[in-house]
Amino acid sequence: MKKTNYDIVVIGAGVIGCNIARELSQYELSVLVLEKDNDVCARASMANSAIVHSGYDPVPGTLKARFNVAGNKMFDELCKRLCVEFYRIGSLTIAMNDEQMKTLMSLKERAKENGVEVKILNHDELLKIEPNINPSAAGALLAPTAGIVDPFTFCAHNIENALDNGVILHLNEAASNVIDNGDHFLVKTEKDTYQAKIVINAAGHGSYKLASQLEKLDYEINPRKGEYFVFDHYTVGLVNHTIFPLPSAKGKGILVSPTYSGNYLVGPSSELSEAEDHSTDPATLAMVKAGALEMVPSLPFNELIRVFAGVRATPSDHDFHIAPLKTHPKFIHLCGIESPGFVSSPAIALYVVNELVKPLINLKKKNNYIPNIRPSLVTRKMDNVARAKLVKEHPEYGEIICQCEKISKGEILDAMSRSDHPHTIKAIKKRCRAGFGKCQGGFCQPLVAKMISEYYHIPLNEVLYSKIGSNVVRYKTKGEK
Amino acid sequence: MIKSNYDLVVIGGGSAGMAGAIEARKLGVKDILIIEKNDYLGGILNQCVHNGFGLTEFKEELTGPEFMTRLSDEVEKLKIDYVLNTTVTSLLPDKTIYASNQDGFYVIKAKAILLTTGCYERNAGAIMLPGERPSGVVTAGTAQLYLNIYGYLVGKRVFILGSGDIGLIMARRLTLEGAKVLGVAELCPYSNGLNRNIVQCLQDFNIPLYLSHTVSNVSGDDGILKSITISQVDEHNQIIPGTEKKYECDTLLLSVGLIPNSPLLRDAGAKLARTKGAIVNERYETSIPGVFTAGNVLHVHDLVDLVTKESRLVAHFIKEYLDNKQSDSSSSLDVIPGDGIGYVLPHKITKGNTHDVTFKFRVRKPIKDLNVIFLDKDHEIKRIFKPVLIPSEMTEINLTNDELKQFKNNITVKVEKKV
Amino acid sequence: MKELVCIVCPRGCQLKVDDKMNVTGNFCPRGKAYAISELTHPVRVVTSTVKLKNSQYVRVSVKTSQAIPKEKMFAVMEEINKVTLSSPVHIGDIALKNVLNLGVDVVVTKNINK
Repeated sequence: MKKTNYDIVVIGAGVIGCNIARELSQYELSVLVLEKDNDVCARASMANSAIVHSGYDPVPGTLKARFNVAGNKMFDELCKRLCVEFYRIGSLTIAMNDEQMKTLMSLKERAKENGVEVKILNHDELLKIEPNINPSAAGALLAPTAGIVDPFTFCAHNIENALDNGVILHLNEAASNVIDNGDHFLVKTEKDTYQAKIVINAAGHGSYKLASQLEKLDYEINPRKGEYFVFDHYTVGLVNHTIFPLPSAKGKGILVSPTYSGNYLVGPSSELSEAEDHSTDPATLAMVKAGALEMVPSLPFNELIRVFAGVRATPSDHDFHIAPLKTHPKFIHLCGIESPGFVSSPAIALYVVNELVKPLINLKKKNNYIPNIRPSLVTRKMDNVARAKLVKEHPEYGEIICQCEKISKGEILDAMSRSDHPHTIKAIKKRCRAGFGKCQGGFCQPLVAKMISEYYHIPLNEVLYSKIGSNVVRYKTKGEK
Repeated sequence: MIKSNYDLVVIGGGSAGMAGAIEARKLGVKDILIIEKNDYLGGILNQCVHNGFGLTEFKEELTGPEFMTRLSDEVEKLKIDYVLNTTVTSLLPDKTIYASNQDGFYVIKAKAILLTTGCYERNAGAIMLPGERPSGVVTAGTAQLYLNIYGYLVGKRVFILGSGDIGLIMARRLTLEGAKVLGVAELCPYSNGLNRNIVQCLQDFNIPLYLSHTVSNVSGDDGILKSITISQVDEHNQIIPGTEKKYECDTLLLSVGLIPNSPLLRDAGAKLARTKGAIVNERYETSIPGVFTAGNVLHVHDLVDLVTKESRLVAHFIKEYLDNKQSDSSSSLDVIPGDGIGYVLPHKITKGNTHDVTFKFRVRKPIKDLNVIFLDKDHEIKRIFKPVLIPSEMTEINLTNDELKQFKNNITVKVEKKV
Repeated sequence: MKELVCIVCPRGCQLKVDDKMNVTGNFCPRGKAYAISELTHPVRVVTSTVKLKNSQYVRVSVKTSQAIPKEKMFAVMEEINKVTLSSPVHIGDIALKNVLNLGVDVVVTKNINK
């Protein structure tokens, strides 16, 4: 019999939902996570800048400032526990002229208020550490605690750890409706109705609509789309920090940053859009390009391997909403978690569990809780001796499946064997990087598809790229069924 | 068995790698190893089941698998060592090779290296394909593998962007296997495929070819391709509003160019050209002495017969290198693509060169009644009349050693309409 | 006067044929033969794959041993689609003898031993 009765139902498995699920998993609770997509980390959590912001920039006193600063400090330990690549490379906010240098001084004051270490660099100091910055730059604000992270495994390994500790995850189930029955909620999906004592609404763009069914909200969500370029990882040292222009009313502006994998990310734009509009257009990308070239004139556009768009859930009052609904105190509502949402996520999760859930239900620690995931082996990061030894013991780590990113069969098999069982091309790509390189899966996609087909005992035409219906091949030839 | 030392290691066992190894063995190079990532020798020809290969190399028309088998049979006959299912993970400037397979992780030292790792397909991201990024957008070569090796159609209503040969070949294959190919859009005002493929892959099946058109929007329904829109472009490749045509389809096949697969060279520190092929001298030696390259990893060829021809030539230079007989390469003249030239090979002619050199180049756009002119800076050295040149056909022009000796500053190649 | 592109080889010569079937523009004699054939009874080589069993591969490539009438391409494909071979197979093996009585065989174009 399928279990439909839970202590807590978490709606949404983006970065917020995944962190909350892991945080809850250390307690004696029955927890269900509902995700409308065919994998965790499928929307805004997947398509963003993946910057662990320092927290100097949000307005002091806001939830953004509070959780950004707190979240930033949690990344070292969390990423170690969860085997997630994270590098504190620091960020530089560039002033192009003396006028902007004055703004940097006021930003420095703001950083002080937020409790974030920063330093003003003059022209020479800036060019010394970033020789490819536009030489007409006047100076920069260095925030050494800013970092870059692998956003995909940060989500995936959080949920994996939660699942290891007993949390249940249902993919392809969108919560369409929540009814408060007094002592419990009924959470309805297309497939089932679940009973929950507490509902945590972390449905990203969907969370506003869901909460509005229960209570009128006094703010709005205005989705803003950001378009990005991704460059290949061959231009070593193009920039060594995350490079920002001065922040504006529209956000942090178009950044140029190395990524955890040595690629470079350029973007985002910021235009009002629909929540589900992930299209890119040449005019917007041209604008992003122009903005980025102003800071880094030598950007290698012939190394372009992908463009993408993400949509932020921008709230009309410009701060996060993290609180129980006034009229439904056991419905914990998270909304408007735009940038700096990613860096804030572990601190938000901690707050939600320790401050909002705790008063509502008995939190008893599990005695068999495992805070770490099973370590994974990344062959491209190993030295020759270790690699030779590994292949002797586990031959599948010697066979390279993704030639561009040098990902072995062993790494993909290991990912599929984990508790979240990634089963689509894209889910494998997000966890192992197979298909993230210059050919974008042209060579490895058929090999990965074959591995998925063999591992899960399904015919090749049932292997999905990502969502249900996205079969990589559709029809068998020669009249075969 | 992989040894730790070889005279020559060939990285990539496709047609270029095999032809180079065969020729090197025939010239007397004893200790050769071919390293191949797939579980067969032959590279991309394995999935090219169509014919049209071998007219120069074997004087008969063969399919891709037949062509590769001719070469692999010769590799076997000459007892050239090869390893399959093996990936070279990196290459060092001192010609140390790291290779990985299920049996181990190897460190191999080579006296000379022939890098023949082919090319890969340009994809949606690299061309900034406008609109959404749903599933169902596939490169033509990947769809060819699914069809010819795995026995699956990617979809049944297909539109093709780009008139490269793989796209044209796939239009016919998909049609014969029961798919409906709705059309082919080509950004250029001319086709980038061979004329013969336009005739027998499109015209035979009444598949329309839209020149000066591109995909202006890709539209999906929750991540799954539903339709594409094509639009006409002007002479600056800008979309002309009002020319949109929308097609409901489950597949958009991309045949928008091939790119040399050269990261191993790049990571080793070899200098690359704008085309991503290595910068080579007239001996096809990269900027790392003793590391040679040929085939599609150097520049994308029209025909496999030209690939094997190039690789066989390079084997001679490798033999000279191994015998310490190569001429002085301490200084060289740059070969510069001038007006109307997309790229030209080789990129450098060493001062010590004593051979005639065949220059290979492509024009930027089709041109009729023209002269190909070789200049030493501004001073004309040689001029050859050509009735017509097109970008999809590589042009070869030979300069004798005597002619080459006349160049003092650089060698500039340009095309000029005959007046 | 008719103009056509020769498809005998990848060179793709631009051929011209006058009313008396005189061919010009051909690089080799095969171009002349092609032009006359194309204007009287056009033919094509069909290349495809057939099903394969007892192998780690599920398809093996094939071709018609000679060109067949152009209008028979789909009919020949239907016959090709019915064939299942069993590994090992070798280049030149006959997959389909005298397909549709055209006097042409469908032959294997790849060696598969495993």
